Amino acid sequence: MTHDAASPPYLQVDDLRVRFNTADGEVRAVDGVSFGLHRGRTLGIVGESGSGKSVTSLAVMGLHDPARTRITGGISLGGRQLVGLSDGDMRKLRGRDVAMIFQDPLSALHPFYTVGRQLVEAYRTHHPDASKAQARQRALDMLDRVGIPQPDRRLHQYPHEFSGGMRQRVMIAMSLMNDPALLIADEPTTALDVTVQAQILDLLADLQREFHSAIILITHDLGVVSQVADEVLVMYGGRAVEHGTVAQVMRGPQHPYTWGLLASIPSLHGDPEVELKPIKGNPPSLINVPTGCAFHPRCAYAMKPEPCAAQVPQLLAVQADGHRVACHLPEPERIRIYTDEIAHVGVAQ
Amino acid sequence: MLRFLIKRLLLGTLTMFAVSLVAFGMFFMLPRDAVATMCVKNCNPERLERVRVELGLKDPLIDQYTGYMKGIFVGRDLGSAQGGYCDAPCLGYSYTSSEEVSDIFARVLPVTLSIVLPAAVLWLGLGIGLGMLSALKRGTVFDRLAIGFSLTGASMQLYFVGGMLMIIFVYTLKILPVPHYTSLWEDPLDWAGGLVLAWVALAFLFSAVYARLSRAQMLETLAEDFVRTARAKGLSKSRAYGRHALRAAITPIVTIAGLDIGGALGGTVITETTFGIQGLGRTAVEAVRLGDLPTIMATVLISAVFIVVANIVVDLLYAVIDPRVRLG
Ligand SMILES: Nc1ncnc2c1ncn2[C@@H]1O[C@H](COP(=O)(O)OP(=O)(O)OP(=O)(O)O)[C@@H](O)[C@H]1O
Ligand code: SF4
Ligand SMILES: [Mg+2]
Repeated sequence: MTHDAASPPYLQVDDLRVRFNTADGEVRAVDGVSFGLHRGRTLGIVGESGSGKSVTSLAVMGLHDPARTRITGGISLGGRQLVGLSDGDMRKLRGRDVAMIFQDPLSALHPFYTVGRQLVEAYRTHHPDASKAQARQRALDMLDRVGIPQPDRRLHQYPHEFSGGMRQRVMIAMSLMNDPALLIADEPTTALDVTVQAQILDLLADLQREFHSAIILITHDLGVVSQVADEVLVMYGGRAVEHGTVAQVMRGPQHPYTWGLLASIPSLHGDPEVELKPIKGNPPSLINVPTGCAFHPRCAYAMKPEPCAAQVPQLLAVQADGHRVACHLPEPERIRIYTDEIAHVGVAQ
Repeated sequence: MLRFLIKRLLLGTLTMFAVSLVAFGMFFMLPRDAVATMCVKNCNPERLERVRVELGLKDPLIDQYTGYMKGIFVGRDLGSAQGGYCDAPCLGYSYTSSEEVSDIFARVLPVTLSIVLPAAVLWLGLGIGLGMLSALKRGTVFDRLAIGFSLTGASMQLYFVGGMLMIIFVYTLKILPVPHYTSLWEDPLDWAGGLVLAWVALAFLFSAVYARLSRAQMLETLAEDFVRTARAKGLSKSRAYGRHALRAAITPIVTIAGLDIGGALGGTVITETTFGIQGLGRTAVEAVRLGDLPTIMATVLISAVFIVVANIVVDLLYAVIDPRVRLG
């Protein structure tokens, strides 16, 4: 967070709210999220299923259906305001300034077109004057760059002829065709084998160094975050509950939900005998979000009814620079609970 | 691709062989006495027996079958009672109308093709267009109207729609002639004028089904990840939907369309009856009524050919569209 603190972040999200109109009522999928991200930095977004991670990233991409979605707040990308932008204008940024890769590369690639054709299309959309040969050359370079052997042969193959890991490399190559300043990866390794996962993560880290892009990495896996991210945003019920550097959030977490997340992952270095403790209860409904702190029905430290069930805790800075936490417990109390009761139980470092 | 093609063709041939066996077996083993049916006067037992021998009905079944198949591929001599030598493709000699069955079909087949093929073009264009558009405009007035149209179309009967069309355009407005068939090569305008009501009626009923199908298919495809990827690449809506989504959504429709067209060619009885046009369908029905076995047999074979060919065409189209089929 101290990185490049003088210049404004490349991506700045301010009080983002995303609501869907559904037959059952209004879904508040994202409810007031703010964060900034500089080029060259990786932000890991973590949280249980349904916490609003994908919805947040799709809002940055401008891919929500405007007919059913209400988006307020601000998303500034390289100085341009994206909220309220017409689809025609947003389209010019998509794939060029901000690109995205998805969880399942098989379903994310078109089954009927060759990989080469899909890569070329990605390039020529934003380089209408480029010749087919230039676009093809770029596709070859990118396939080569992401570590696909014999790219000139692979160019003519269809997605189903690739293995899962190779397909995800193709997706990465496609996202890099136009040298985007921001890359959003929504659970890019969840569908892959563990060994392939590590390779893909290494590749992303390499590419980031080379292209100096900002990366948002969405994942359930805090181990992945500690490996590749610089910063972490923890989401719960559509809100950001903790935000800071990896060191701050992983070694000195101050939000009870983050403690739960850390305790529920298998530790690579910790004692395998120490039992995992999944967080009790279920993620909240986003149509009837619990009053006050959305986590209070599941929080072992909740002070009820006041203030936890009554007031929404704001994401406020703590003493450490850039570390922010949304919890009504006083900071010294949080630090005490963590060091006394939580830290010694198998937590991944 | 070539191997795929050869495999399908072999399979098709095998199917046809099986159909011909079954059809032959069924009709020639029926307890019904074709000769007695056919005979109008002087039907004493000796004469009937002589005719049976002459027609080859006394030969072993297997000889009758090979004779019949030989006729189709190289032609054969049917004997003086049945018009002498019958050139390939010989489908036998009609018991009731004193001509070769192949001549009958040469007459009625173009009629049926003229009814079904243009109608198919109409119903596919209209149905798929409506369905795709209403998927893209889901929830709008256009979508509701399109759904209303398909519900109406799907709940109607051909003879009702056809009758209404004739009452309006032929008898009330008098802007169209009574439906009839003229050869396309003789008079294209009259060909179209005589058949247009049949096309419209068929297209209305079928396009309703296709609109509903295409809409459902397109809605499903729009939710696919690869459509989102297309948008995430920066493609415009029209390109992402018109190219990436449409191509995937249309694949299953091609299958059904092929089979429907194949089926429709073999099943035009209702259309022909409604509009009073003599095609394959009415010929078949009359043959059944009169017990004209060679004509019935040929009808069954030709309808089967339509279906088998439609299947092969569908498989090939599928392979062209979807590389996963082609490359296994
Ligand atoms: N288009 C939509 N219409 C209605 N509700 C939606 C829509 N998209 C997402 N939601 C809801 O918003 C909530 C957040 O979804 P989101 O996909 O962001 O979760 P997530 O954090 O990415 O979870 P996961 O880890 O399972 O991917 C979910 O409850 C989801 O059902
Ligand atoms: S605000 Fe209250 S309920 Fe929410 S996490 Fe903090 S202590 Fe728990
Ligand atoms: Mg998600």
